Amino acid sequence: MKPFEYVRVKDARQAAQALGTERDQAKILAGGTDLLGEMKDYLVTPARLVNIKTIPNLDKIEHDDKKGLKLGALVTLSRLAEDKNVRERYTALAQAIDLSAMPQIRNAATIGGNLCQRPRCWYYRDEHTICLKKGGSKCYAVEGENQYHAILGGGPCYIVHPSDPAPALVALGARVVITDGTKTREVPLEQFFILPAQNVRRENILAQNEIITHVLVPAPAPGTRSVYLKEREKDSYDWALASAAVVVTPNAGSVGAARVVLGGVAPVPWRVAEAEKALVGQPLNPATLARAAEAALAGATPLEKNGYKVPLAQAVVRRALSLTMA
Amino acid sequence: MPKTKKVKSTITENGETREVEIEVPDVEVSWGKREDRKNVGSRMTRVDGADKVTGRAKYTYDIDLPGMLWGRILRSPHAKARITAIDLEPAKRMPGVKAAMTLKEAGATVRFAGDEVAAIAAVSPEVAEDAVRAIRVTYEPLPFVVKEDAARAPDAPRVLGNDRPNVEPGRARSEGDVNKAFAEAAAVVEAEYRAQARLHACLETHGHVVARQEDGGIKVWASTQAVHGTADEFAAIAGIPKDKVEVVCQHMGGGFGAKFGPGAEGRAAYELAKLAGAPVKLMLQRREESEAAGNAPSAIMKVKIAGAKDGTITGIEASGYGTGGIGGAGVPFPYIYKTGSQKVTQETVRTNIGPSNSMRAPGHPQASFLMESAVDELAYKLGLDPLELRMKNDPSALRQAEYKIGAERIGWKQHWNPTPGKGQGAKVRGVGVASATWGGGGGGGTQVDVKISRDGGVWVGVGTQDLGTGVRTFIAAIVADEFGLPREAVRPEVGSSKLGNSGGSGGSTTTPSVAPGVKMAAIQAKFDFLQALAKATNEPPDKVELLPGGVVTNGTKQLSWKEACKRLPVAGVSSRGTWVPELQQSGVGGVQFAHAEVDMETGRVRVLKIVCVQDCGIPMNKLTLESQMNGGMIQGLGFALTEDRIVDAQTGRLVNWNLDEYKLPGPWEMPVFEPIVYEYPEAKGVSGVAEPVVIPTASAIANAVYNACGARVRSLPLIPKHVLEAMGRVPGRESA
Ligand SMILES: Cc1cc2nc3c(=O)[nH]c(=O)nc-3n(C[C@H](O)[C@H](O)[C@H](O)COP(=O)(O)OP(=O)(O)OC[C@H]3O[C@@H](n4cnc5c(N)ncnc54)[C@H](O)[C@@H]3O)c2cc1C
Repeated sequence: MKPFEYVRVKDARQAAQALGTERDQAKILAGGTDLLGEMKDYLVTPARLVNIKTIPNLDKIEHDDKKGLKLGALVTLSRLAEDKNVRERYTALAQAIDLSAMPQIRNAATIGGNLCQRPRCWYYRDEHTICLKKGGSKCYAVEGENQYHAILGGGPCYIVHPSDPAPALVALGARVVITDGTKTREVPLEQFFILPAQNVRRENILAQNEIITHVLVPAPAPGTRSVYLKEREKDSYDWALASAAVVVTPNAGSVGAARVVLGGVAPVPWRVAEAEKALVGQPLNPATLARAAEAALAGATPLEKNGYKVPLAQAVVRRALSLTMA
Repeated sequence: MPKTKKVKSTITENGETREVEIEVPDVEVSWGKREDRKNVGSRMTRVDGADKVTGRAKYTYDIDLPGMLWGRILRSPHAKARITAIDLEPAKRMPGVKAAMTLKEAGATVRFAGDEVAAIAAVSPEVAEDAVRAIRVTYEPLPFVVKEDAARAPDAPRVLGNDRPNVEPGRARSEGDVNKAFAEAAAVVEAEYRAQARLHACLETHGHVVARQEDGGIKVWASTQAVHGTADEFAAIAGIPKDKVEVVCQHMGGGFGAKFGPGAEGRAAYELAKLAGAPVKLMLQRREESEAAGNAPSAIMKVKIAGAKDGTITGIEASGYGTGGIGGAGVPFPYIYKTGSQKVTQETVRTNIGPSNSMRAPGHPQASFLMESAVDELAYKLGLDPLELRMKNDPSALRQAEYKIGAERIGWKQHWNPTPGKGQGAKVRGVGVASATWGGGGGGGTQVDVKISRDGGVWVGVGTQDLGTGVRTFIAAIVADEFGLPREAVRPEVGSSKLGNSGGSGGSTTTPSVAPGVKMAAIQAKFDFLQALAKATNEPPDKVELLPGGVVTNGTKQLSWKEACKRLPVAGVSSRGTWVPELQQSGVGGVQFAHAEVDMETGRVRVLKIVCVQDCGIPMNKLTLESQMNGGMIQGLGFALTEDRIVDAQTGRLVNWNLDEYKLPGPWEMPVFEPIVYEYPEAKGVSGVAEPVVIPTASAIANAVYNACGARVRSLPLIPKHVLEAMGRVPGRESA
């Protein structure tokens, strides 16, 4: 393994300095559950690891009835899912975490790291396969073993975003606070993620010297229900074949506002405005659910082996929506 | 004290076998009645259980010797390539590198991604890893093929070399007139079934620690299913006599058929130890384990099966192929049932993938899926209960009894779905059944030693190995029963080639090979003990007897076991017993039933319950036997639901080598398991059943899936992709 320097930083400014501006020369280390795997598989060979877990106060969960949740980037997935307030009011987020990885990983994994984890595409994860994402000239999923790849938003690379919390947070309207120690910006999480068409080497807008410090989740409107549902090949931890985060605010017997975000089917958490439109103003009956599910997958363009994800994701959307009434 | 008789026997000494006449106890050789056996056949916890759960048990992975080096192998990233140059120098120059060697020379061809190229020994695993990566190899990549369908094309790249075709004919069978059967049949089913290739996925990877000894011999700790066979091979590699080699395997973390000898990694460990003049530990990394240490071949078969109105199978025609990478493939077919006429052809297809290796009932789980699916389809087409159709065509009396027990336990009548796919709601349920056949007998040559010492200790040793089946426990039980001693009084020792000969643990032969030998050694030891005691106490031999509870009557006096042993000569008593066929038997059956639930909208399959009814002759230890049955069902469940070895056609590389993506079933996948040991009075000997219990699980589940959802999933595993495709729910993939 390439020798690397290990630095602990006390604040975002030190972090930015240590990270420098040369891409991937230095990497942010949080829980390390993804980064160390990447290093051991020789996918990244940073010269420096910047441990941000030594930055104080980034491990707090703050609640405000009006403003909502303020999550430090270093809050672990376990702590987040155990939080009573999160479970009650931001149910989709707690459910997404319950369905993520396994307890050992969740105890170490941070929410910041979860949003920035790299794709699980098995071509990307193979040191000897130099795909588009690693500067190569082709996406091997196009003609290869693409059973787990994207059916929406793909091209030229067909990864799916691996995070379960991310679709839930997008559906809940979360924003991320990003800083390089001098300039701080607040970005809707939805706009944090980028498609391969925009930049095939990356999955988000972070500059090399930026870190996420917080995730902000607005307080849901009264009566709002949120649900995260994930389908996978096995229940003892597995990545999503398809998942859906739905947030529904009822209004006089029909849907007042709705958010529908798919996971496991696109390179980013995939919000589908058409599905949301199909819901607003309608009663949540089987016909509405079916229309919303149809609309959610209307744009799907499956590859050779992942067509099954279309009916699967439709079922997930229907069920997630009907669970908001449960 | 038993009478004696003289019998002819053979002994092997210094490699020479000669005939001798020996005096043996003149007793009836049998396991006796169940009620007379205190330990054997009961439910016994493992004697080494505490060692395992406390971490005291030493696996090969745990061995750490002074001055030990770490070995690593450099492997080809290419599925096929010519090596044009190998330069070890950059590695050799690295501090901490103590030995470097090539495993292939420039000019040689690598035939799969993961093929061995060079090896390193260094002072730490990290240095060894850096060093293998520093070796400079230039390859000239060659055309390759990794998919069995593509490899069959006439113009496919040749896997084994230009003079060897990719396709070789395999087992063929022909009997009777199948065309007549099809012409006269009440129903004919014709379909193609696909059983995927699998990985053994042993939690402990292959590997060894090799230490050269001062006397010119070697000691090897090996994760192996055959300490004696491995010692033979190391002796040949080292060019020294076998008695200078000791192979040790006290505990192992899974073998499943893939660990019968040193392999390339063992040879490399030996050579590195020799080059470096220090002990070397070389355990494979997970990727190497998945790429190069064995796999179970795929099996794809077109099957046409005919049946009469009453359910009699009248003919089967099948043509199949499969790939075991650069290794072999093939399945026993037709399987289980009488088929009237038959015409079967098979092909082994070579691909540029690591070689297959035997895996728990080699070929049988695949054969079972192909056959049981077709038989099941035939039953539905004939409008018959699939269980009745099986019973009609199954020639085994054992299985006939087992079907009845299993059907009762799974609730076949209540749960059998008369309208598959037409249940209420998204989740539908159904039941399925399938069967197994296996030998299960033992092999000759096992030699067991028993030593009784003056402190009352009873030691029993045999050069078998414990794959995790609980060998030590039944060994202690057999000897304890013979002496009327508590099981704890007997100390069993296995797992070294310095102990008496015994075969490799394959083919479910371990228990039926070892247990008879142990029984004979125990009989002999008891005889020798009483004779020695009579002599030591100057009593007539026919006055000396062993009573239950380890009490010895010495003429008129009663002695406790300990008191009696104190009177033995200084050397104690040493006895040897040899395997006899009467105490084992061959020809086991076995049936399994599954109750499963299918989500009609997501294609997700969940198994609710599996019932395994298995005969094994005379059981040695019911608890570990049930554990073995559960393990078989779990491995079969993985074959059914999630496991699939996937190699990419463009890169020739295994994409899911990692246990993250090679999906073994986990705790949440576990259904209710009901292992039922079928015992019957005619059983005289012991049989091994490690293999039959894995065979029918996946087939029973697949059949239950059909009974639930009405879609025949003809490709394993039963993942949402395959289930939804079979249901015709996937646009553009309205599969057969
Ligand atoms: C076996 C296994 C199964 C898994 N299953 C799931 C699953 O089902 N669902 C799921 O959602 N996830 C799953 N994961 C992924 C897991 O949730 C992530 O690895 C974890 O959340 C990453 O958090 P971390 O703190 O360990 O990040 P690290 O590994 O420390 O970092 C991950 C990446 O994010 C960057 N990073 C970390 N923190 C920040 C920050 N504050 N600002 C900017 N960049 C940062 C790092 O540089 C690195 O590139 C699984 C992981 C494993 C190993």
